[in-house]
Amino acid sequence: MSESLSAFFYLIASICFIMALRGLSSPETARTGNLYGIAGMVIAVVTTLLSPHVVSFWLIILGILIGGAIGTVIALRIQMTALPQLVAAFHSLVGLAAVCVAAAAFSFPESYGIGVRGSIHRGSLVEMSLGMAIGAITFTGSVVAFGKLQGLVSGRPLVFPGQHLINVALGALLILLIALFVSTEGAPVFVLLLAASLALGFLLILPIGGADMPVVISMLNSYSGWAAAGIGFTLSNSLLIITGALVGSSGAILSYIMCRGMNRSIVNVILGGFGTEGGTVAAGAGIGDRVVKSGSAEDAAFIMKNASSVIVVPGYGMAVAQAQHALREMADMLKKDGVNVRYAIHPVAGRMPGHMNVLLAEANVPYDEVFELDEINRDFASTDVAFVIGANDITNPAAKTDHSSPIYGMPVLDVDHAKTVLFVKRSMASGYAGVENELFYRDNTMMLFGDAKKMCEEIVKALE
Amino acid sequence: MADPASLVERAGELAGNADTLAHNLTLFARQLTTAQTAPAVAETPFVFELTVFVLAVFVGYYVVWRVTPALHSPLMSVTNAISSVIIVGALIAAGPLGVSLAKVMGFVAVTLAAVNIFGGFIVTQRMLQMFQRKR
Repeated sequence: MSESLSAFFYLIASICFIMALRGLSSPETARTGNLYGIAGMVIAVVTTLLSPHVVSFWLIILGILIGGAIGTVIALRIQMTALPQLVAAFHSLVGLAAVCVAAAAFSFPESYGIGVRGSIHRGSLVEMSLGMAIGAITFTGSVVAFGKLQGLVSGRPLVFPGQHLINVALGALLILLIALFVSTEGAPVFVLLLAASLALGFLLILPIGGADMPVVISMLNSYSGWAAAGIGFTLSNSLLIITGALVGSSGAILSYIMCRGMNRSIVNVILGGFGTEGGTVAAGAGIGDRVVKSGSAEDAAFIMKNASSVIVVPGYGMAVAQAQHALREMADMLKKDGVNVRYAIHPVAGRMPGHMNVLLAEANVPYDEVFELDEINRDFASTDVAFVIGANDITNPAAKTDHSSPIYGMPVLDVDHAKTVLFVKRSMASGYAGVENELFYRDNTMMLFGDAKKMCEEIVKALE
Repeated sequence: MADPASLVERAGELAGNADTLAHNLTLFARQLTTAQTAPAVAETPFVFELTVFVLAVFVGYYVVWRVTPALHSPLMSVTNAISSVIIVGALIAAGPLGVSLAKVMGFVAVTLAAVNIFGGFIVTQRMLQMFQRKR
């Protein structure tokens, strides 16, 4: 296939990818969008295989068979609650693939027409080293994120003195090594650059706490795109450049949306050290002497049965307890009794963007009962019951009133405006931000202590 | 009719002119080739690539803002799948005959990208199939 014909097919593939993202503007068009994505990928791969550069196929077929089989099995078996760590793991693979392609281009530049070993075009060297560095950072960063989400590494922010200084020094070293690599083209410099980038990716994500993972995952998503674009520049391939740019900007926008959902700057998140990863009882005055009203599943069932509208607020606790199916059953029972049940999703609920929506969809909750913060926040004032399940900080009114609170300014769901608030929680422990929730002590709040799934099942029994 | 002597003189003159012309042409051709190879390979594509890149960032920006927040998880997994288009670079590395470091690197990259492509698209499809309207 001639160069210009390949370029034409690459253009078609690029358009398919744009259509894939475009389809996601509504659940109705999303599936067609995904098919466009698949079509684009097939066109891209076939076009490349027909190019004159590719003459030996057995290794390629072997690689696609092995990789395809692994990917298919993982994707079919994965639990929806484990989605965040799956995405993190997949990001790491893109990063590593970018590193491999950069290494291949460096060791045999003739394939890509960017010069010969020892005298590769200077521009290509810059692009190659950038693509490789970003790929390596994506790789180790995603591995750490995966470890934190999977629970292999502590979700707590790991902070040590001089951390930021080391990162800045590593960043400076990286730039220096890139300059050195471009001028000398030495293989040892290439390896050093790789090592420095790997270390930086590792150290960059280590201090970031578990609940900031939505930002981290989006950021790594963005990085994997920029790495692909960097490789695209190296190989002068517009398909890679376009796709990298699409993915890069997509991840950047998601990071921005997640940061806005917490009212924190991206710099603040990256610097890390925020939060406690729950589990700790908030050390505040008056825990012992303040009265908390705690109720049973029967009480909750009675209150909700007699309500005319209920808004469910799910959080990460629902995902951990796998409570989405029991929750939907409970909602079905209530709907049978004529109760209007809706769901309110906070942008940073869960561990990745849109995490709660997917879990509710998995439990067959129709998506037109699920609302975003802006769409539903006014309705809490006219609702009888807010049923908060496994969420805490995203409902804390201190974010609106207490200027000294670390979460001040974060947009929260106004559950305190509802007539009654039911909190399903395992204990009185504070949320991720380590802030006590004033709401627990209010007269119209009832705490339902226990595992989210068990509690929903008990409520269902009580409703029967 | 001119005399033979002046004819010979004019022929010689013409030959000289032809020679300079040929020389000039060679120079010109050389200039043309350098003009075509040097900047066309080293400078023009970069600006062209940068143009494509910047425009694609803009397209991505506007398309992604239109994605409904409910589908942000599928957005992540599908962008993950399509960023594996890096397989194009890997295929070229793994394509030549013989065995080399580049080919091994290409093979590894093809395998990794294939995991992502298959895994990413399938998991996205699984997720999207779950989103349904009120019955």
